[in-house]
Amino acid sequence: MSQAVNAAPKSLYDRIGGDAAVNAAVDIFYRKVLADDRINRFFEGVDMDRQAAKQKAFLTMAFGGPHNYTGADMRRGHAHLVKNGLNDSHFDAVMENLAATLTELNVPAALIAEAAKIAESTRNDVLGR
Amino acid sequence: MTIEITFNDRTYPVHEGESVLDGLERHGVAVPSSCRNGVCQSCLMRATSGEVPASAQSGLKPTQKERGYFLACQFKPTGNVTVALPDAADQRRFTARVVEKTRLNPTVSRIRLSKPQDFQFKAGQFMRVYRDGESRSYSIASMPQQDYLELHIKVFPGGHFSSWLCQTVQVGEELTIGEATGDCFYLADNLDQPLLMIATGTGLAPLWGVVRDALAQGHRGEIHIFHGSYVRDGLYYMDEFAALAAKFPNVRYYPCVSDDPTESQALRGQADVQALKHFPKLNGWRLYLCGNPDMVNTMKRKAFLAGASLKDILADPFIVTVPRQELPEAPAA
Repeated sequence: MSQAVNAAPKSLYDRIGGDAAVNAAVDIFYRKVLADDRINRFFEGVDMDRQAAKQKAFLTMAFGGPHNYTGADMRRGHAHLVKNGLNDSHFDAVMENLAATLTELNVPAALIAEAAKIAESTRNDVLGR
Repeated sequence: MTIEITFNDRTYPVHEGESVLDGLERHGVAVPSSCRNGVCQSCLMRATSGEVPASAQSGLKPTQKERGYFLACQFKPTGNVTVALPDAADQRRFTARVVEKTRLNPTVSRIRLSKPQDFQFKAGQFMRVYRDGESRSYSIASMPQQDYLELHIKVFPGGHFSSWLCQTVQVGEELTIGEATGDCFYLADNLDQPLLMIATGTGLAPLWGVVRDALAQGHRGEIHIFHGSYVRDGLYYMDEFAALAAKFPNVRYYPCVSDDPTESQALRGQADVQALKHFPKLNGWRLYLCGNPDMVNTMKRKAFLAGASLKDILADPFIVTVPRQELPEAPAA
């Protein structure tokens, strides 16, 4: 029992369920994004398998998992979308879809809030501000 | 023990516990990469020999796993491996003799080639046919246990390669072909899974191989095959598929004609639209989509939104290569 008390706190990524949880979330999240008329125009004409890999990278990061993305990467990766009108309302829609995905997977509300906070921290880089 | 990675015919020693990506880069070999955490799939590679652990294949399609694809940043070899970049697999050349030519409809011909020794493929994969430095990809409609390779070739107006194959090449001539490749094949990982196969035009070729391969491997789940064309003349193998459906109670065949309102024997409408009308919920299904790239890409999206997992959508869009100067001239006014 004392061991459990002394153990280092597990990361959000581990508590959510790691790689398996991300794999389970990718299809659900991507499907919600594609079905969302507020934002699906930004995903037209893209290779779906490659896009799914990007969604997985995003979810891994939001879950506090391993990633190498910097703010500059975020700006570069979304610059063409900002030029096409990407704004706060679209970012909000993605945040909604993220929360809905985790809710659907029965992730506890406290962990969803943690993930949302990480995703939220990329807002200004994604929107190029 | 020294561990060696062979890449592009050169051998590179790597440390134990070192990833393929790190090892190759340490020797100055450029491999595309981005996240280095097994997520983004930028460093996708393929092992042509050696064991690949499941941990290096997380998130890949089952047919990619079967063919030895892996993420270079996640694969720490414990023994020697030979690896290649995903688009560089087509190295070997084979010689195959034309053994039969048959017209299947006004624009599609069937060509059967003697199967070269050592030619390995899975039903539904495609290969290149070479001629004077040019090449085109064609799907294989036959099964590996047959002694010939069957191709279905549509002659396009102004398409010199297809005209050459269908009209100039004679039975008995030898052709140069490449290795078989592609992820659109049957995997016996779930014999009860419902399968939905949709083809337009000669997209039927790979499916003629896949469906028979599935049945040969004992597939028990439902198999629904939709074949679409603008007019009835564009369909072919109607009797063959009807016979297959008569023999196997889990197989159903739906010919579809989109541009002829008088059509009475086939379903009226596009194959993908008809398929979704019959099966609007696709959770748990595996899909095979072959032919016109617009149909394939549209249906991929629709099938995903209808509940199919992206990993279960196997697509083979046929890209038509017609050199610009060979497009027919606009008729003079």
